[in-house]
Amino acid sequence: MSESETTVVQMPDATKLVVSNSPHIRGGETISKIMVQVFIALMPAAIAAVWFFGLAALEVMVLCVMGCMAVEVLWNKAAKKPSGSWKDGSAALTGLLLAMNLSSGAPWWICILGSLLAIVLGKQLFGGLGYNPFNPALVARVALLIGFPQLMTSWIAPQPGNWLACDALTGATPLAATGKELASISDLFYGNVGGCLGETSALALLLGGAFLLFRRIIKWQIPASFIATVAIITGLAHHVNPELTPPALYHVLAGGLMIGAFFMATDMVTSPMTANGALIFGVGCGVITSVIRVWGGYPEGVSFSILFMNALTPLIDRYTIGKPFGYIRIKKETAQ
Amino acid sequence: MSDKPRKFKGGVHPEDSKALSASKPVQTAPLLGKYTVIVHQNIGAPPEIVVKKGDLVKKGQLLAKATGFVSVPLHAPTSGTVTAIEKCPGPACVSVPAIEITADGQDEWGSPFEPIADWQNADPAVLKQRVVDAGIVGMGGAGFPSHVKLSPTKPVDTLILNGAECEPYLTADHRLMLEQTEDVLLGAAILARILGLETAVIGVEANKPDAISKLNAFASNYNVTVQTLAVNYPQGAEKQLIYALTGREVPIGGLPMDVGCVVQNVASAVAVADAVIKGHPSIERITTVTGEPVVNPGNWRFRIGTPISKAIELAGGVKVQPAKLLLGGPMMGFAQNSLDVTVMKNTSGILLIPVEQVSQYTSEPCIRCGRCVEACPMDILPATISQAVENERFDWAEQLNVAACIECGSCSYVCPSHRPLNQHFKRAKAEILAAKRKQQKK
Repeated sequence: MSESETTVVQMPDATKLVVSNSPHIRGGETISKIMVQVFIALMPAAIAAVWFFGLAALEVMVLCVMGCMAVEVLWNKAAKKPSGSWKDGSAALTGLLLAMNLSSGAPWWICILGSLLAIVLGKQLFGGLGYNPFNPALVARVALLIGFPQLMTSWIAPQPGNWLACDALTGATPLAATGKELASISDLFYGNVGGCLGETSALALLLGGAFLLFRRIIKWQIPASFIATVAIITGLAHHVNPELTPPALYHVLAGGLMIGAFFMATDMVTSPMTANGALIFGVGCGVITSVIRVWGGYPEGVSFSILFMNALTPLIDRYTIGKPFGYIRIKKETAQ
Repeated sequence: MSDKPRKFKGGVHPEDSKALSASKPVQTAPLLGKYTVIVHQNIGAPPEIVVKKGDLVKKGQLLAKATGFVSVPLHAPTSGTVTAIEKCPGPACVSVPAIEITADGQDEWGSPFEPIADWQNADPAVLKQRVVDAGIVGMGGAGFPSHVKLSPTKPVDTLILNGAECEPYLTADHRLMLEQTEDVLLGAAILARILGLETAVIGVEANKPDAISKLNAFASNYNVTVQTLAVNYPQGAEKQLIYALTGREVPIGGLPMDVGCVVQNVASAVAVADAVIKGHPSIERITTVTGEPVVNPGNWRFRIGTPISKAIELAGGVKVQPAKLLLGGPMMGFAQNSLDVTVMKNTSGILLIPVEQVSQYTSEPCIRCGRCVEACPMDILPATISQAVENERFDWAEQLNVAACIECGSCSYVCPSHRPLNQHFKRAKAEILAAKRKQQKK
């Protein structure tokens, strides 16, 4: 010590020290940050929906998002659970995903009923975020589809740039089309076709999907194997009998495959945790989707395929547990 | 070997925060009036105290002798009088036996060991005995007796020096490699001779380019290769380091020698060189005193038994009240509740963490995002094991190979739900061990 010995050295107060287990620093990732990023990734699709279907699309989205958040709050109150869970963004995201699964012509009560089904039946009855076996938005969509088949399968024809697009024009989903009615590939790619809000523009969904992949929010294995499987199976089916089904590219761009593969199947809670499990999950989704689309009674099978694979997720997780670091050698040595 | 930085699977990239102290040369802490030497500084059996209250001791004199193979002796940090043998605050927040030495100010060496200047021609067994006698442990943090690793029961072909220093904030090994480059290499060469090897490899993370180039300048004189490692936590974990450098996987529950490797920390290597060349036992080490609240973060050469309060005082005290005081780094270090704990042979850092970084989290449910699975360097499933532990299913945890966990904390670091994963694994291991002991008793 030098001349400055007179300066008082401030020492830490030991009685105020926190004692806890390591690690003592955290990466700063939170559930709400993840949810916000998925929300951002859905923005191109949301904007595309408003462009093609007008303010009616915005109304559906607002109703579903607000509806899901309100149901989450009310449920927590009724169940006497901590009330803050709407802040994590998961309910709002479920709402937006639900809206993406509805037509812009959906009446307000469908949106509210859907929110109720998604949050209560899809999530809270199982214990809330993290415990739900099925994708909540898809639970709601399928429940609505079964309950109101007419309403849920009539689509508004797109009117690009027309803000006040009205419900008058109805068009069929391109997947139900046959022969000369097939939509053009470029219309499918940009989204100038009838369908749910989030089903139409492949371009917007690819942008969002790329963002999620870049931010490492989703595993590439699920969308890649899902889309590839659909392309291969429908491609083969088309090759064998062109009358049976449209070509592979049509199947990839049309309907709910893009939003399903990038946003619904990749839901963390309901998809496998391991990389290999994700591959199996994606292939399974692809097979079921293709079978329903090509040979099944419904024109679209993405929702059913994802829900079915959701049910298999615990099983897939169990059988894809990898060998830990240093495991192979044990085996070799005991074999010797 | 190629120049490409070597790495392992998984891992995380925390802010390294080493700039606080990386450029500060090592200062030798002044002689204190009193040292409180904690008796049990090693993994394994505690040594047996051989002095009593009132004894006069010289610097380097034996205070406690090893009690078995996995045990190390303890030596006096300075000359003076043994004024107390009593319990004092230990590094795990419980009191532990310690020997208090009141310095006489002479700092006079006893003559414990004969220097072995001609180590190149010395019998390896003699060199190894010196490591045993000098009380050297793994100074990177573990405190495992160094001589145990030097007595492999399986053929060994690779000696690795661990200069990764992958823990954020810590710069003690960095400064050591920079300032005592030749001592590090000399230690490596001596260790190689003990193991009957010709060469050694030293692994250093790429964020210490100055140390790497300085080591490279002298390495060939000592038959040592310097290998750059990717900056990735936990690069300095023994198994990850071996994998990065040799591609070999240490089996679960196994030791480095199972894959023909011996790993020693760079500071331990210097302690070996000091013991052989100078005849000095292990009574001092370089420790980083750092953290945002610290006035003058830096690196000091402390004798064992130096109270942490003295170390913080030397660093100018604190600007603001820290939230945590750690021994070691922020990823694996131990939180303290007393400033009276003293520096031990494995105290690599005294780290004060500001309130901003210790924001209190509530643990939320697992959303199965899989980030922990990606981060885990041991390729186990932290999220799944954690859920097994929450359900008190320790048998599941065992099936899921919780035993492989090295408690590096990478999973807890990345978890967006702030789940106490690392704690869960520690608990699972303890429960499994307890169950096994119970079974053995039956």
